[in-house]
Amino acid sequence: MSELVHADEWETVVGLEVHCELKTESKLFCGCRNAFGDEPNTNVCPVCLGLPGSLPVLNRHVVELAMRVGRALHCRVERSIFHRKNYFYPDMPKDYQISQYDEPIDVEGHLELPDGYRVGIVRAHIEEDTGKTAHIGGSGGRIHGADHSLVDYNRAGVPLLEIVSEPDIRTADQAKAYVSELRAILVATGASDGKMEEGSLRVDANVSVRPSHRATFGTRCEIKNLNSLRSLARAIEYEARRQIELLEAGESIVQETRHWNESEGRTSSMRSKEEAFDYRYFPEPDLVPVAPDEAWQATVAASLPVLPAERRARLADAAGVAPAEVALLVELDLDQLVLDSVALGADPRVSINRAQNEVAADIGNAGRLTPSSFAALVAMETAGKITATQAKQVLAAMLGGEGDDPAAIVAARGFEAMDESTLAASVDEVIAANPDQWQRFVGGDQKVTGFFVGQVMKRTQGKADGKAVTRLLQERARR
Amino acid sequence: MTPTGSAIAIAGAVRRGERSAREVVDEHLAAVEAREDEIHAFNLVLADEARAAADEIDRRVAAGEDPGPLAGVPIALKDNLCTRGVPTTCSSKILEGWRPPYDATVVQRVAAAGAIAVGKTNLDEFAMGSSTENSAFGPTRNPHDTSRVPGGSSGGSAAAVAAGFAPLALGSDTGGSIRQPAALCGVVGVKPTYGAVSRYGLIAFASSLDQIGPFAHDVADAALLLEVIGGHDAMDSTSIPQPAPSLSAVLDDGVDGLRVGVVRELLEGVDADVAASVQRAAEALAAAGAKVEEVSVPATIYGLSAYYLIAPAECSSNLARYDGVRYGLRVDADDITEMYTATRAAGFGPEVKRRIMLGTYALSAGYYDAYYGKAQRVRTLIINDFAAAYERFDALLSPTSPTTAFAFGAKADNPLAMYLSDVCTIPSNLAGHPAMTVPFGAGDDGLPIGVQVMADALGEPVMFRVAKALEEAVK
Amino acid sequence: MPARISADDVRHVAKLARLAVTDDEVELFAGQLAAVLEHAQDVEALDTGGVAPTAHPLPLENVLRDDVARPGLDRDEVLAMAPAAEDGRFRVPRILGEAP
Ligand SMILES: [Mg+2]
Ligand SMILES: [Zn+2]
Repeated sequence: MSELVHADEWETVVGLEVHCELKTESKLFCGCRNAFGDEPNTNVCPVCLGLPGSLPVLNRHVVELAMRVGRALHCRVERSIFHRKNYFYPDMPKDYQISQYDEPIDVEGHLELPDGYRVGIVRAHIEEDTGKTAHIGGSGGRIHGADHSLVDYNRAGVPLLEIVSEPDIRTADQAKAYVSELRAILVATGASDGKMEEGSLRVDANVSVRPSHRATFGTRCEIKNLNSLRSLARAIEYEARRQIELLEAGESIVQETRHWNESEGRTSSMRSKEEAFDYRYFPEPDLVPVAPDEAWQATVAASLPVLPAERRARLADAAGVAPAEVALLVELDLDQLVLDSVALGADPRVSINRAQNEVAADIGNAGRLTPSSFAALVAMETAGKITATQAKQVLAAMLGGEGDDPAAIVAARGFEAMDESTLAASVDEVIAANPDQWQRFVGGDQKVTGFFVGQVMKRTQGKADGKAVTRLLQERARR
Repeated sequence: MTPTGSAIAIAGAVRRGERSAREVVDEHLAAVEAREDEIHAFNLVLADEARAAADEIDRRVAAGEDPGPLAGVPIALKDNLCTRGVPTTCSSKILEGWRPPYDATVVQRVAAAGAIAVGKTNLDEFAMGSSTENSAFGPTRNPHDTSRVPGGSSGGSAAAVAAGFAPLALGSDTGGSIRQPAALCGVVGVKPTYGAVSRYGLIAFASSLDQIGPFAHDVADAALLLEVIGGHDAMDSTSIPQPAPSLSAVLDDGVDGLRVGVVRELLEGVDADVAASVQRAAEALAAAGAKVEEVSVPATIYGLSAYYLIAPAECSSNLARYDGVRYGLRVDADDITEMYTATRAAGFGPEVKRRIMLGTYALSAGYYDAYYGKAQRVRTLIINDFAAAYERFDALLSPTSPTTAFAFGAKADNPLAMYLSDVCTIPSNLAGHPAMTVPFGAGDDGLPIGVQVMADALGEPVMFRVAKALEEAVK
Repeated sequence: MPARISADDVRHVAKLARLAVTDDEVELFAGQLAAVLEHAQDVEALDTGGVAPTAHPLPLENVLRDDVARPGLDRDEVLAMAPAAEDGRFRVPRILGEAP
């Protein structure tokens, strides 16, 4: 696509529908295993195959997970009923989907992004997943040009929670942040394993554009097949540009469903024009309403863990930083370590840096750190007893299983911060050995700073403190 | 020739070791052999399976075990009840040859009670009809007059009991499909309270109306069979979470002091001989001590219209799954949409197509509120009017069918005329209330007439008492 | 409400219901459907304002099962029912569009 001339005169408006496969032992309406990757058609029974005479019975745990998520998204949990959504498709055994329609379980909530931006939640409702269809013949498993298709019903009847946002999202990055945050909430509440690559979270995006000053929404297109955050962002950017180009060319947007093709990096219209869909919703007569009473709701509310937003707020508060700055720590589940370490008197900034860099790099071994050992390490670094480089090495050793006493590791390795005069001598030697680079440094070329620091580090076997070296270099240059 | 003995008598004799189940089964199979060609009650006779099951019952009795309250009793199963490994067709080409991998709950329960399935009975395709003429495998004939229909949709089950092929049968009733054929064949037929009998394994026609129920020669046998199949089933979300009520114990309590209302609206437009039977039934109950009065249940007049919007709508969705993908008939085609349309065009008969079309139309965009939504509100009106009647009465009385058994082809070309056969039975389905028919006299043509007894939800005990009193009066 | 049902209405409904219909059937259904809907005019004409719909004759709520996995059907038995199977799966003719 060409460069847009007036891109900044348009605003993108996005609402997301996230289908979350709920993490349960059994399916939504039958006792078949809810498992990913099993041999085709091995987790099926009369109910999830839609055999004549079979009837659905609702999984209690699904309702509880939906209630938990509803709470976490600040929704009202309401009396809900199921409808049938009628359409023919071979991955749907009954040729209707049992889904909550105009009376869903969770309504009117919001999700707060790490930067504090609130995205409204219209609703979250329970519905059943479809089977999986593989297209045989033709190219690359695609539907077009295929000779025939094969259907596996293991996924048919797996419980889904469809979470629908308000059209409050304005950029591709915001869409990514929304899905990341929602994913974190779904994992925290035990509703999902969060595995986007296994289809545990599937995102549809409703995208429209409007002139930046206008209050009314433009015509939207629904983009399907967004299986990663990267796809989501690319698809939104592509689709917004496509729509802007059409509008700038004086054309109009047709409301339709479009399919994202990751390899081609474009969206395309999904169905032939003549195909009319009329889902003929009506209340599912084989199921009865779900009406959680106060006691049940209270039990579920009590079972909720501390959610990511609150964890961020708690740490940000203690550390005196913005919540967005600790988002990664919460995602990595390192917030408690840092929080405890700060409570023991460790410097918040240094604690955060060491945790989200060095500890994150060896996250599998983070359990080897105790708040006090981590706090002790941070304290040694901030007190100047060891350099930053040394601190990183000691931390790596602690994570590597060399014990949880940083002082012992420091002693064993002979790490001590060098005294000023020894360090100054090394600096002078390096300057003397590299007169050309020194002239450039004195002339104001900052790029050679790294070279000098590196040379001093080499000469001192890493014991030098980089910041001290830089200071000494600057003092000498000013002379 | 015709086997004798009620189910209760047979089970008693078998349990006491006085008769062998094998002998009972052979006797009934001989009756089938003698008359089935003429009647065509069955889509499938399970002769070998029945004999093997009978031998097993006899073995258990010999070993000192009790095979249960229906020990050795032959039972005919409507061919819309799933039977594991045994073809279950719904009398439709689309399911021809399909063998379910599971048993319906009621099939499990009758087997666990010692009953022996002797065959799968014919029906109007997918239980849609009132004459069994809509079967893809040919009609069933009325044992009382083979030039007449047996009624429907459970015509095969009604005829099997009437012909002595089995003392008991199971059918399903969505708008009268047990009661109307029972009336036309001169046997007892019961539609229980919605949710009293598990629907698991009953191939759905209209889910919010369908109920399974018994056919029997007499009220006591029907009560026993209902006790066996009733009670909560965790596989059906709409199953009432209570054990089956005891009916046998109250049968002889009489009707002295009971208040029985004769529903005025359901007497309108019925044949004079049928109306006369209802009148005599009312008098008989009064003679037995009941307080009998006429009562108006006004909204019942809208029952037929509401039914023919709700039932087709639900059926259009329930029958979507017959698409040639997972089981049953497939007509091969180039792409899946053509395969769907060709398979369904070839697999469904005209009445099923008509109802799918009607239901699809009633649910389609723009019509929901006017049709399905409106019909559901009418359902509320009918429930309210019944509730008012049940404040004053313990049970209600009406004809079961407006006519006695009619001739083949008499209504085949006029769907609406056929639908009117169910005008008296439909209100109970819409309300979810129990209703049953008891043979009470004969028409001018000598054919059986049935009188319908209705009761409030879970009112089976009082309903059976009234039915029993009517049966006593006929004797 | 339409007093009559047109041939196009019938064809549209047949398409939604995935039923192939002949021209004769279109004509037949148009007449028969119209007759049934005409009979339903008494219901249409009823004032049901303020009357709640009954979706279900039973007042049950919260019918739930525990989240316990149980073995399903044997795959060979399942696929033996299928008109066509391949590679452990149900085989269908080519599909023309993505799922809605
Ligand atoms: Mg959905
Ligand atoms: Zn299953």
